[in-house]
Amino acid sequence: MSPAELERPLPQPITPEAKPYWDGLREGKLMLPKCQDCGHCFFYPRILCPRCSSRRIGWIQSSGRGRLFSFEISHQPLNKAFKVKPPYVLAMVELEEGPRLMSNLVGIAPDPKQITCDMPVEVVYEKLTDEVTLPLFRPAGGGR
Amino acid sequence: MRELSNTACIVGVDESDEIGILPHTSQLSLHLQAITNAVRDAGLKVKDVDGIFTAGQHSPSLLGEALGVTPRYVDGTTVGGCSFIMMVGHAVAALHHGLCDVAVVSHGESGRSGVGVTRSRDTSLSGQFEIPYGFAGAPTYFGMITTRHMHEFGTTLEQWAQVAVSTRKWAALNPKARNRDPITVQDVLNSRPVCYPFNLLNICLVTDAGGAVVLTRADRARDCAKKPVYVRGAGEATEHVMVTQMRDLTFSEATRLSGEKAFTMAGVDRKDFNHIMLYDAFTSGPPIMLESLGFAKRGEGVHFFEEGRSTPGGSLPINTNGGGLSYTHTGMYGIFPIIESTRQLRGECGARQVPNCRLSLVNGMGGMLSAAGTLVLATER
Repeated sequence: MSPAELERPLPQPITPEAKPYWDGLREGKLMLPKCQDCGHCFFYPRILCPRCSSRRIGWIQSSGRGRLFSFEISHQPLNKAFKVKPPYVLAMVELEEGPRLMSNLVGIAPDPKQITCDMPVEVVYEKLTDEVTLPLFRPAGGGR
Repeated sequence: MRELSNTACIVGVDESDEIGILPHTSQLSLHLQAITNAVRDAGLKVKDVDGIFTAGQHSPSLLGEALGVTPRYVDGTTVGGCSFIMMVGHAVAALHHGLCDVAVVSHGESGRSGVGVTRSRDTSLSGQFEIPYGFAGAPTYFGMITTRHMHEFGTTLEQWAQVAVSTRKWAALNPKARNRDPITVQDVLNSRPVCYPFNLLNICLVTDAGGAVVLTRADRARDCAKKPVYVRGAGEATEHVMVTQMRDLTFSEATRLSGEKAFTMAGVDRKDFNHIMLYDAFTSGPPIMLESLGFAKRGEGVHFFEEGRSTPGGSLPINTNGGGLSYTHTGMYGIFPIIESTRQLRGECGARQVPNCRLSLVNGMGGMLSAAGTLVLATER
């Protein structure tokens, strides 16, 4: 599919330090950088540990579980390349391993009466192209 | 920093010739209009300028070239809308050390019409980790801070709306403000939903405008055209850029640090202020800044607005120009609260003049509470 036919903008530019993250997603794994000196797990990927400044960085596989740290419900598309029909839920997820990342909450009505901060969520994988899979999240245990 | 207190003054301020929707004015022209107007306000000449401070797309060297001056000190700190607030502190230091004699801090942004605007910056982090999920524009980031605040402290949509209502009351008194008709809490709640928890009236305007601030050393300031405004304190800090990296989503560490530095340098306490300007890109911004600056307990910043303290006639007027919410907001709003504080301290504000205004606080953010700049401005040293 050409980018024009996709429902979402592709992540770009993919940077070398983030390649293990994107490679993992393609195989259905949510990989996170982890400092091999102090054990700090962090996100986004970078070449040094933001806690201890070590440059010995390895990768671990996340459980894919976490909590909805915060959310918004977008009522109007602010980017023409993003074609998911509004309203949709923008999500900040805090993973069990510690790091927070941005995503979407799916499998629940986009209604602030139903969605609450700190609700448990789990990853679902959304394949965009042969190269790119995105981690989305749904209420833990399935959702609707 | 203490020795820098009161060593320099703001001696000139002004906006561009017009502010609002200006498809006939380039971004560079907005700068040049604001600079010439502010220099005239100071009773100085453009050729007197030897220090240029600006943030955004134009470098200080380009402004020097366009003005036909050769600055011997330049600063292009670009960390968001509060950059100009930080630059007042930088200018004070540069003036004190003789690195320049007349400093101008300039802002010009064709934020609405985009005349002379090209966007080019590194987008690899948002491009990979935010944009694919539909994040785009400030409301989709600042809302995260706001929703979490509501969860942790029980803040309500009605309370955020009070900030818009209070600010509009001031705009009604400012002839330069874009939106001047009174609004109610219900009007805010009924306005078009953009991105929960924000409706349209929770979000700042998007306009075209320029603004500039001229500073010189205190000894020279007394010879300028207007009553000098002393820079008694200045502070700055940055914490993050990506909202996911903010340590505490409902408290701005950068703002706390910036405020502490400014208050310590000025030797003032929070209760001493009788006028406050807070960067209001969103209604939730000013209350969270009041909490981070130590004016209110966590979760209680909104009380300043719902109790009417912030409004005309209130005990602590806030955002008396009508703010980014109702007066103007180009994108990097930070120059405008400095202009308003200066005018209030000079007593130039007509119907919206705060009686006996002697000590004013300016606090701004860059990005999503990512950076902060704070000024303590005073009529006397």
